[in-house]
Formats: sequence, C-alpha cells, structure tokens
Amino acid sequence: MNVSSVKGSMSISSSTSTWKAGDTISDQFPAGLRVLVVDDDPTCLMILEKMLIACLYKVTKCNRAETALSKLRENKNGYDIVLSDVHMPDMDGFKLLEHIGLEMDLPVIMMSADDGKQVVMKGVTHGACDYLIKPVRIEALKNLWQHVVRKRKNEWKEFEQSGSVEEGDRQPKQSDDADYSSSANEGNWKGSKRRKDEEEETDERDDTSTLKKPRVVWSVELHQQFVAAVNQLGIDKAVPKKILELMNVPGLTRENVASHLQKYRLYLRRLSGVSQHQSNLSTIISAQDPTFGSLSSLSGLDLQTLAATGQLPAQSLARLQAAGLGRATAKSAVPITLVDQRNIFSFENPKLRFGEGQQQHMTNKQQVNLLHGIPTTMEPKQLVSLRHAAQSVGNMNMQVPPHGPQSSQNNPLLMQMGQQQQQQKSRGQILVDSTINHAPRLSSMGQPILSNGMATNVSSRSGIPENIRAPGYSQTPSMLNFPMKHASELPGNCFPLGSTPGVSNLTSKGAFQEDVNSEIKGSGGFMPSYDVFNDLNQHKPQSWELQNVGIAFDSSQHSNSLQGNLDLTQSALGQQGFSSGQMNGHNRSAAVASKAMFSTGDVKELRSAQNVNQHLNNLLVDNTIRVKSERVCDTSPANIFPDHFGQDDLMSALLKQQESVASSENEFDFDGYSMNNIPV
Amino acid sequence: MESKHVHQQIAAMRQSFFDEEVLDEKFSQLEQLEGKDNPNFVEEVFTMYFRDSTAFLETIEQAMKTIPIDSIKVDNILHQLKGSSASVGANKVLKEVNKTRQVLGKGNLEGTKAGILELRKEYDSFKAKLEPYFQKLKQANSVAQEK
Repeated sequence: MNVSSVKGSMSISSSTSTWKAGDTISDQFPAGLRVLVVDDDPTCLMILEKMLIACLYKVTKCNRAETALSKLRENKNGYDIVLSDVHMPDMDGFKLLEHIGLEMDLPVIMMSADDGKQVVMKGVTHGACDYLIKPVRIEALKNLWQHVVRKRKNEWKEFEQSGSVEEGDRQPKQSDDADYSSSANEGNWKGSKRRKDEEEETDERDDTSTLKKPRVVWSVELHQQFVAAVNQLGIDKAVPKKILELMNVPGLTRENVASHLQKYRLYLRRLSGVSQHQSNLSTIISAQDPTFGSLSSLSGLDLQTLAATGQLPAQSLARLQAAGLGRATAKSAVPITLVDQRNIFSFENPKLRFGEGQQQHMTNKQQVNLLHGIPTTMEPKQLVSLRHAAQSVGNMNMQVPPHGPQSSQNNPLLMQMGQQQQQQKSRGQILVDSTINHAPRLSSMGQPILSNGMATNVSSRSGIPENIRAPGYSQTPSMLNFPMKHASELPGNCFPLGSTPGVSNLTSKGAFQEDVNSEIKGSGGFMPSYDVFNDLNQHKPQSWELQNVGIAFDSSQHSNSLQGNLDLTQSALGQQGFSSGQMNGHNRSAAVASKAMFSTGDVKELRSAQNVNQHLNNLLVDNTIRVKSERVCDTSPANIFPDHFGQDDLMSALLKQQESVASSENEFDFDGYSMNNIPV
Repeated sequence: MESKHVHQQIAAMRQSFFDEEVLDEKFSQLEQLEGKDNPNFVEEVFTMYFRDSTAFLETIEQAMKTIPIDSIKVDNILHQLKGSSASVGANKVLKEVNKTRQVLGKGNLEGTKAGILELRKEYDSFKAKLEPYFQKLKQANSVAQEK
C-alpha cells in the first residue's frame, strides 16, 4: 500500500490491500454502505439523508437516540457506521456513542453545530471516529467509508493477534507495520516488507473478520477491570473463569476474557522481553513528558525505572526528572505505578479516553509544558494529540490519536504493554501503546498495532510513533516503531523521521549510557503521530521537547533504541507531537539531555538524530526552535531538527553518539537529513 | 413567455439572496442535491425549517419572559437553531443566532433579549423573502409541467 496519501486516503491504501480478497465487497464499496443517522432536528436529518443517498449509501434515519439504539440492537450486523448528533433531547450523543462502542463496536461519527474544542475533545475521548461540524458538507460524508474500513482492519488485527499466540510478537508488529505502512509512508522501512506479508495475511482474514463477528469492545474501563482482576488473582493464577467472575460484567463471556487474557499475556511477555535499557528509555521518555499529567506519572515512573535499571544514572534521572517533571505540570516525580500508568494509557488509548485521563493531567495548555521552550500553543486539538503524543512518549508514546477508533486494537496492545511495563517499568511502552492505539485520527493506519510492536520492545518506543501517525505524520509511527523493533530496524512503516532512531537507540542499546547520552532522540519521531490535530494545527511541536530531551540515550541504542528513545522523547515530545524536537542527538549528558528534553529548545540541541519525525522536526523546528540549545550538551543546538533525518543517518548518528557524546552532537547535525519519507 | 418571465424573476430573486448574503453556499449545495426524483427537495427542506424554527423562536421568546430566565433552555434552542440555520444556508439568521448565543454565554440577559429581538427580525425577514421565492418556483414548475 502506498502510504502516499497519508492524510486522507490512508484508509484507501489500506483498503486496497485489505480488500483484495473481498472482491465482491470491494466492487461496490463504498456504495451501499449502511449508515444509520441520528439527529433530533428534522431539517438536518432530512438534509443528511439526502446527502448520504447522494453518496450512494444506504441510509436509515432516526430522530431519537433510543430508537437508534433499538434499531442497532435488533439488527446488530445491519449497519456499518453511525452518524449521530451530539445534542439530543432524550439521550446525550456521547452516551449513545459509548453504548454503540461497547455493544456493537461500530464506528461512530459525531456531529454538532458546536465546534468548541471541549466538545470535540469529548467526542474523541469517547471514542468517536470523527467529529463533523455542522453544517455538514457532502464532501465530509463522501469519505465516511474510510472509517469503516479502518475499523475493520483494526479489528482484524486484534483478532489476528489474539489468534496467533506464537506469532504474537511478530504479528502485532507486522500488523502494526501494515497499519503504518498504509498510513505512514511506508517508504523505506523494512516494515513495509513486513507489511506486505501482513497485509496479505490480513487481507484474507479481513474478509472473515469483517464479517461482523460480534466483538467485545475492550474499553478502557473494561480493561482496567480486567487488569485489576488479573492482578488480584495473580498473573499466574489468573484464569479466564475467575477473571470473569471477578470482573462481574454482564454480557462478557469466558471466551472474551480468555482471548483478551491471551493478548494480555503476550503483551506482558513482550514487555518483559524488553531490555532494561529500553525501559530506561521509556522511563526517560516518560520522564520527559511530565507535563502530561498522566504521562508525568509515567515519566516519574519511567525515570525511576531507568534509574533503577541503573542505566540511567542517578544523576540523569534526577535531572530528567527535574527537567521533565519540573517542567511538566505533571507531577513527573510521581512515579505512578507503572501499572496504573499503563492502565491509564492502555485504556485510554483504545477508547480515546485517554483524553480524559490525560486531561486531568495535562490540560491542553499544560501539556505542552513539557517542552519548556516550546511554546505550547498547541491548539486544543493539538494538545489532545500532543497529549496523546505526550502520553505515548511518556508512556511509550502512546500515540493515541484522539480519534481512537482504533482503540480496539490498541487495547490489546496496551494491555500487554501495560503489564510489561509494570514489570519493566516500561511505561514508556505502555504509553506508547496507548498512544499508538489511539491514533485514531491519525490516519492511523492501524497504528495501534504498532504499539504492539512497541510493546514488545519494551521500550514502547515505536509504539508511539505508530499512534501518532497522524495523517501527516505517519512518519512518526514509523519512528516509534523503531524502538520497537528494537532491532535496529525501525519499523519501516514508521518512518521515524530519524528521530526515532534516536529513540530507539536508547532502547536498543539497552545500555543507556550512564551519561544518558541517549538522547531521547526518538522523540522526534513521535510527534507526528499526534497530529491528528496537528495536521490542522501544525503544531506546536513544542511538546516534543520531551523527546528531544532524549535523554540522550546513547546512540548505541539507536539501533533500535529508538524505542527507548522514542519513549523518552516521545514523552517529551509527546506533547507536541512534534517529536522533531527530539533531536536528542546530543544527549550527551543525561543531565543535559534531561533538560533538553523538556524544552523544545532541547530538541534542537538534542538534534537527536531522531528527528525522525521529520514532520515533527518541521513542526518542532518551528515551535521548538526555542529549544535551548544550551541545554543539551552544548552540542549542536543548531540542528535540532534536521528535518529530514534519514533513518539510517540517524542511526549512524546515534551510534556515533555513543562513542562520544560530544562527537555525537556534531553528528547529529542532521542538517542534511532527508527524512525518509516522512509524509509531512 | 410567461414562464420565461417567471423564471427570470426567480433567478433574480435567488441572485439577490446571495448578493445580500441572506443565503450562503450551503443553499447551492442543497440545490445540487435536488434531482429528478426529488424536484422539490429544497422547498421541502425549507418548509420544515420554517416550521421548526418558528416554533423554536416562539419558545425562546416565551422563555425570555419567564422569571427566572432559563438560560440553559434558551441556549439549547439557540444551538438547535444554529445547526438548522447553518444546514440550510440561512446566513444572516445564523449570524444573529451566534451573536445572541455569545451574549447569553456571558450572562448578559438584557443583551440576550435584545439579541433575540434582532434574531426575530432577521428571521421574519428571511422567511418573508424565501417563501414567495419558493412559491414562484413551484408556480414555474407547475407551469412547466402543464406544458
């Protein structure tokens, strides 16, 4: 699939591959899409119906939410997508949204004449696939089908993931890749190869999966209940039957729990498999992301984790914490138990609820604070995305884009990650996971899966990018993926704009160098994903500073450490989503890094090769240019965002960094980086 | 020809609506949705719009007279009006709705009352312009059909 149209037609690309097998469906698709439209205003309802018919959809209209719900219940597989107004007399549109999400797991598009960011945010966090402002234009309706495709694809992946335990690790990654690839520029990464494989598999399965199997939607709350039950029983002793009893959720079957548990275990396994350094990275990243309330907790945690792992020198940790925490409004120092964090993130992402969780911590304005220097003027939406980004960064850059349609997928990932994180402190991952999952809007091509990949890496690295795959930012996902892949190969999809490599460097090397040079490079990469909104706003990459702070995880890590870095950076950057700032290249000293991390200015300094996020870089550059170059180890402040860092370049840069912090700085001068296809 | 004359009149009226910004492009989009199978779509939409909006306005006016004023209710109705006016392209009406909502949002009840008056004026004027337009349109269509 060519991610070419990262922005709009991500679904298209994915759909092409997806629909390969589904001949019949694809022939007429999207015509005949069964839309249920709910609006209490008869004038609007009439107009909408007309427009939908003009788009060749099959329309059913209701003027009351209750009617709509009963229609849906009567005929669970009778509709493909629901369009609902927010303000309705008998039931709040958001409530309806929740019901539909839980019971039927259909994509829901909210509409309203109200375009206030709070409301839009609410829509996103409640899991809406999209939010349209009235008057609704027919053009907006023409693309309705993409949400359906995307959701199915995600579901499929989830299904697939739960199905193949053995290949769990691989598959999720692949799917992630696939998702990303479609959404992100699949350009150069090996991920694309994987994607192809995956897509093929997915295609076939897609058909089956799209045959509406009633799926249980693992909402954030539900997952939290699940995790609580599992923890209560003890992960070893947790059997589906007992979990089910403890959860006491009506309508949930043992099978649902069993498959969910399977995914969760996989996730945990992956997390534990992640090297310490990765967790360190994530920690660092998280640390950086203090501003995001939720993230901050992670950050704190992560930092601690990192510190604990010994990788992150105490100093660095302190610094990071100080830097990140200090900056962030979040109480970064508060190591929120990883578990909690994870839960927060994991769940949040899936349902885009993270917005809520995050919101608490991160007020839009606040979030941006992560990057000190970076003017967090992000618009609410951006903030949301940033938050998500931040979260992910912190958490692992859970890039959950506000639109979490993909939440379904993310959940599994998150869970896994979450668990792992607990153990490993790879919160970053969790974050990442979450973020990744959420990247709903981001043309997330299925990014959630990336998060999975990331989860495995433990350092949630790539996870983040994935989610953040904002339409334009598909790049980020790739970036984030890097870490995941650990293996130095940044998930192709994600094109972590170079920055991610930085991140991963951190993680991969595992050895976060004591001096924490491991800049959080990855951060750069993360940013993009957040931009679901960013696209619109272009950002305020400022929050990416966290990324930049790149706790300078050694470049050694950079091989895959992107993940680690990403995490860190992501957290930092998360905010902005412009991980471009992540240029942590310089991470030289942890201290420096930490500082840098937080400020966008740092980003510059960090120049982490990770600027993987070219987008971010671009974005960040704008915003974060403020980065205090001095922070990061005086190294090349200038390039902070080499906008287009080729991943390879970044990697090498990172590697070089390892050798000498100082020298690395120079290296990171990615001025000439050509970002790999970062679809900006 | 008579029908030609009528058509010209209609065209002129329509153009004047755009010129005066009484209607915006949403209206043209609605027109585009019209087709052979639903030739009176726009008119039907507007009929519905006028019916509901008139009721809304009356409710608002009533609410503004009660003491204490239920501003939440008023705001909800204004929100409704906003959505439907925007959907049909009633540009000036929409502007008044937005203005009034803003004023109400600030807690300025007196200002809101004034705003509602303005809104009422604008709405009545709008209705007075569009209804004859649709009548003429219908007339022209039926004439054409007769032929």
